This record gives sequence, C-alpha cells and structure tokens, in this order.
Amino acid sequence: MKNKVQREIPDEILSQYHDGGFQSVDFGHPTIQRVAPKVLAQTGPSKVVDSIQQVVRDTVRDGMTISFHHHFREGDFVFNMVMREIIDAGYQNLSLAPSSLTNVMNDIVVEAIEKGVVTNITSSGMRGTLGDAISHGALKNPVIFRSHGNRARAIESGEIQIDVAFLGVPNADEMGNANGMDGETAFGSLGYALMDARYADKLVLITDDLKPYPNIPASIQQTEVDYVVKVDKVGDPDKIGSGATRFTKDPKEMQIAKMVNEVIAHSPYFQDGFSFQTGSGGAALAVTRFLRQSMIEKQIKASFALGGITKPTVDLLKEGLVAKIMDVQDFDKGAAFSMRESPNQQEIDASWYADPANKGAMVDKLDVAILSALEIDIDFNVNVMSGSDGVIRGAIGGHQDAATAKLTIISAPLVRGRIATVVPAVTTVITPGDSIDVLVTEIGIAINPKRQDLKEALAKVPGLPIYSIEDLQKRAENLVGRPKPLAFKDRVVALAEYRDGTLIDVIKEVQD
Amino acid sequence: MVASERLRRTMMFVPGNNPGLIKDAGIFGADSIMFDLEDAVSLAEKDAARYLVYEALSRFDYGDAELVVRINGLDTPFYQNDIKAMVKAGIDVIRLPKTESAEMVQELENLVASAEQEFGREVGSTHLMAAIESAKGVVNANEIAAASDRMIGIALSAEDYTTDMKTHRYPDGQELLYARNVILHAARAAGIAAFDTVFTNLDDEEGFIRETKLIHQLGFDGKSVINPRQIPLVNQVYQPSQKEIINAQNVIMAIQAAQQKGSGVIAINGQMVDRPVVLRAERVMALAKTNHLVDQEGNNIEE
Repeated sequence: MKNKVQREIPDEILSQYHDGGFQSVDFGHPTIQRVAPKVLAQTGPSKVVDSIQQVVRDTVRDGMTISFHHHFREGDFVFNMVMREIIDAGYQNLSLAPSSLTNVMNDIVVEAIEKGVVTNITSSGMRGTLGDAISHGALKNPVIFRSHGNRARAIESGEIQIDVAFLGVPNADEMGNANGMDGETAFGSLGYALMDARYADKLVLITDDLKPYPNIPASIQQTEVDYVVKVDKVGDPDKIGSGATRFTKDPKEMQIAKMVNEVIAHSPYFQDGFSFQTGSGGAALAVTRFLRQSMIEKQIKASFALGGITKPTVDLLKEGLVAKIMDVQDFDKGAAFSMRESPNQQEIDASWYADPANKGAMVDKLDVAILSALEIDIDFNVNVMSGSDGVIRGAIGGHQDAATAKLTIISAPLVRGRIATVVPAVTTVITPGDSIDVLVTEIGIAINPKRQDLKEALAKVPGLPIYSIEDLQKRAENLVGRPKPLAFKDRVVALAEYRDGTLIDVIKEVQD
Repeated sequence: MVASERLRRTMMFVPGNNPGLIKDAGIFGADSIMFDLEDAVSLAEKDAARYLVYEALSRFDYGDAELVVRINGLDTPFYQNDIKAMVKAGIDVIRLPKTESAEMVQELENLVASAEQEFGREVGSTHLMAAIESAKGVVNANEIAAASDRMIGIALSAEDYTTDMKTHRYPDGQELLYARNVILHAARAAGIAAFDTVFTNLDDEEGFIRETKLIHQLGFDGKSVINPRQIPLVNQVYQPSQKEIINAQNVIMAIQAAQQKGSGVIAINGQMVDRPVVLRAERVMALAKTNHLVDQEGNNIEE
C-alpha cells in the first residue's frame, strides 16, 4: 500500500502495524488510555547499590525492554558500562529503547546485536558504524525510528513498555532525587529522560556525585527511583556539549541565515509575543544573531524559545528579548548552567515539548521553527535520516514535532559538495511536506504552494529571490548532475513512524 | 546595461582550482566575479584549473554578475591556452596581469580576436581589462587604459606594486596615493572603470571599511574583494544617502517632465539641470535600486 506521501509500505509490515500508514499531519482529538508502571514499594533508608553488575542481575531478564537517555551525547560513559555488564552476563533478546543513540554507543550496540543480546531497537536515530550495520541488515527485526514527541506518546500508550531504565545523572542523593544541572558532568535539561523516569517499571540512576539528602531541585524524584548506583565517572564533560558556541564565518551559511531571518521578519508571525525554535547547527546560530537584530529594530520580543537550547538563545533571555525558555535539552555548557540560575528557563519533558497525544504540547503553541534537512523534495517532504548512499545516518529528533509550527522553515544549502539537497524525491520521508512552509537555500527561497498567504507576504521583500521548488531542484541538478538511483534489497531494515505512530516510510537494506 | 555603465563595486577573486568556491561564487551578490588562473593556482594545477573554470563557465548560471578571468601572463607557457579556453567558454572579460604597456594589451587583443574567430564567438564580444602591478605600469597607465576598444577597466594590484616601489602596504595607504590617482585618471580619461586593490587582512573589518571609504571618495568604481564577507561592507560604503536619493528622484522627475513637454531643457525650480547632474542622478538611482533602497521603478519602498 502507498501511504499519503506516496511511499510503498509492504503489506506484511503494515498488517503487523496497528496504526497503519501515514494519513495526515492533523492528529485530531482521539481519547487515549495511558499505561502506568509497576511499583515495588520501599521505604529506604537508601537505594544505593555497589555495582552496575548487581543491579543488572537484580533487574534485567531475557526479552525485556531497557532504556537510556542521550543527554550526555558523545561524552556518555553510562551506556557502555551498563551494556558491558548486560552482554557479559549473556542476556538474550532484549529490546533497546533509548531516547537516541550517539556515536560513542555504536560499537557496543553492534556487539550486542552480533551476540543476540539485542534483537529490537527503537531510537530517534543512529549514525556511523551502527547505522551502517543496520543498513546492511545486521538486525533481524526492523529498527523503529520515532521523534522525541512520538517516543513520549509511545511510552504513554504502552507501545514502548520500558522494563528497566538506566539513567545517568550528574548528581543524585541516596533516595534518587536528581537533576541534570549541577556537577561536573551537568548537561542541563533532563527532558527526554523524564519520560523513562515516569513510566519505567524499574528505574536505575547512575551517578558519580552522591549529594546529601534531600537533593534539589529534583527533576527526577525519589518516588520514581528503584536503585542508585555510584560510579567513578558518568561522562566526559568536554564531549557532552560544545564549549563556547562560535558563530559561523562560512559566507554561505551566513547567506542562508540572513535569508531565514528575512522570511521570519516579514512573516505575519513576527509580532510581539511570538515564539520560535532553532537548531544547534552553524546556520541556526547565525539565524539567532540576525533575529536578535530584527527584534531590536522592530521592538519585538518573543514569549518563548523552545526545544534544544544554546547559549545564544540564553543570551536573548538575559537581554530581555525572550521572556521564557522552554528547555527539553541543552546543546552547550552556557545553556546547561543557565538553567540552574534562571527562573525563566523551564525544564520540560518530551511529552510537554512535543507529544501529540496529550492535552496540549509546547509545539502546538509554536509560531516559527527553523529546521535542517539532508534532503528535501519537490513535494517539500524532508529526509533527515538516510544519506545519499541510502545508509542510515541521522535522527528524527524533534523534526516532525517542531514542523507543526505555524511557520516551518527548512534551512539547507542547495547542494552539499557534489550531493544535491533539493531532489525530485527524498530517499526517506521523515517529515511530510504538508508541515513544511518555506525552504531557504543560499540562492533563494521556495514557498509551499499551499501557503499563498506567505507568498503574498514575502513577495514584497526586497532582495529576497523566490523560486518554485521545482526550479531550485533543477538548479541543484544543474550544478551536480543527476545521480544513478540507489540500489536497495527488498528487506526492510528500519521503519520511520510519523509522530502519531503511523508509518511514514520504510528503509531498506542497501545493496553495495 | 551597456558594459561601461554597469555597477562594478565589487570584483570577487575566486581561485580557479577551488571547485567549492567556483560553484558558489554567484550567490554572494558580487558585481563582478574574477576567476583566477594566475597567482592562486600552483604550477602543477594550471591545466586542471583552466579546465575547471572552463566547465564552470559553460555550465553554471552566475546570474547578472560580470564574469572575469585572470589569465597567466604572456611570459608563461599557459598564456595562449588560457585565452583560447576562456574565449571558447564565452567569458565576459579577460584580465591581463602585470600589464606594463599598450603593446601587451594589443597582443592580447589579437590573440582574443583570433580565438573568437576560431570558436565562433562574435569578434569584439570579449572585453579586456588590465591589472597594473608595477611602477612602469603606473607610468604607462594612460596608454594602457586607451590601448583597445575592448578595454572596460584597469585595476591597481598593490602587493606587487609596493614591492616594486621598495615599500610595503601601510594602514593609511599613503604609499598608494600616487598610483591610485594615476590609475583613476587614466581610467576616467579613457572612459573605463577603475578598480582598487584587495585588502588582505580579513579580520580587520575597520581597516577594510576605512580603505573602501577612501577609494569611494577618490572616485573608484569599486574594490577587489577576496572573501564574500567583504561584499556587503563595500556595498554599504557605496550606498547613497537618503538625501542623495531624494535629489536624484527629483532630477529623474524633472527629466520625465521635460520629456512630456517635449522640451530639451531639464529644470528644477526654474534652475537648469546640467548633464553631469543627470548622470550622477542616474548612478545614484542605480545604486539605490541595487541596495533595495528604492524599488525597480525608482519609488520608495513602503515598510
């Protein structure tokens, strides 16, 4: 069957899939029954255990679903410590359900797959050797990719039923009160991990900094925690986030950022009290700088900034140009440390951030989202998952979620090296074109034909070249030529869900 | 637009051996793009760079930018092939480095003309410009500027020139004062454009703006730039003031009123408007349009 974005979903997969193929970006108003975790009552006096080995022995059984968070990013030690114990203990048929997988986790996941320890994976994304292994058919069952909002939804609905969550934290007390903002390995918001804390049957905190009881602020509360493990080090502070954020000097990125800002500043949403989400890449940071200038010039202040937060956004808060930061994760130390100090920087969990199946998420109130793309096609469908060789090398992140903003801008170069970004049809559809409004490239912009209102608003902007997306695609093709179509085998190695749990695309095994 | 009237505020240098920059050269709003086959390219890469630039010129759309190529000098074995390939590709302007005499321009012109015939290009369609990089070149600037009808401009190249003069570049530019004025006068006397030299310290934005203001004040058409980041800075300096625009709009209106009346005399408030005033008004309006200070019809843009 072909879904609404014209992707062929094999029937045998669709028949096992209760939510069916992707239909619409509109979630509607269904009634949803949530699940609740099992609780083993205890009264302390302490939940501290000696070793990961012991807690793994006490909690993990064959066939279980285990979870982790990725807030430590490339500086994570916890994932490897826990997986080492699990592999060495010889467990089999586990499902791995982390919020995402970073490169530092790749080798041990590949080993766990090879040894039959892990037989199912759901994640926001994956890259490097793991993405390569999955794309070459290493895992028997297809990986399921979910956005951050969709993961929250799937946890609440029981589609992801976490048996044991292993969450690394920069600090905790003996009963499990913990946060992400204090200590040597502070990363700021615990946003994604809070879902695991609330819904896992067993919650294991792993920390290198035991604080006197009671430890506050308690983003994770003792009522949710079963075990606290003290280890030497949970992570490498230098690799958790980038240090001082540097603005790009790349003239092409600057050019794109300037045009993104032009689009925002001339859109009907650029009014006092507007809200926005930017990414963490060089161009996104440059947008923040241009946006700041436009806000000052037009005396406009934002009510909130959302999503993954960087130092430049925190600076806007300090300057009074942004009233509140709604913070699900922090990309650099500046943003992480400011959460501790600023009462206007609110830690939010993934459900509050972006879950369609709750009583209202932050993204529902979002005016402007600036997102990136590996590929975007002439229907405005976006791929952030598979590379030009068809191999998995990306993550949905909050892409599908933030794209529901009133003005969603994709900022991407027309071509990267000899690879076109604007293509006739994307390799993998992750975010449907229906939720994308404007594409900004270094040579000009394209507006989704569904947004005639934006076309009229932006037509008057001096020096802003407007093309049809077909024109941009042809310009890209003219620069780099048309590549031979990728060759895939029939076997499906990964499924990409839309944020409502329907299937938006499948990824097949690559043929080398 | 007639070649001699076009805006040439910025001439962006693009190394001929850098595919990434060549591909993106059109996106930064440079008035002229100069692909360099000469100093930016090592001996081992001369042929490859020529081939690369040829392919880029044949394939890519650089919009309204004037396309220039700096070929290798006539004392090199690459000179003739550079000319042939660039004429075949349909380049707008060939820039001759280290020009010291009118004869050098004329020799180039002859080779360009035969290349135009060989490759079926319209004879005379390839324009020329000369870079002046030595004391001898400055002394002969007048004859160089007037050496050919194909000439559209001359440029000062200060690095080689200051070495030849046994000095180096200083922040205040005193060492270039004579050369700049000579080149400017030679260009204006011949009715062609004058381009100022590059400013190499990318991190010294203040110094770059200071130098650009100086050459703008002297009357140069524009400046050579080595990085896209310098382009908006030059355009800012060359941007007319609100007062200049209003004056220019008044002159243009007076011209239109005179045309409607069928009168050859243009007047504002009873005062006759001289031809230089008309020319300046036209240039101000062209600059205002390209800086988006007015729309393409010359009207103020409503916010």
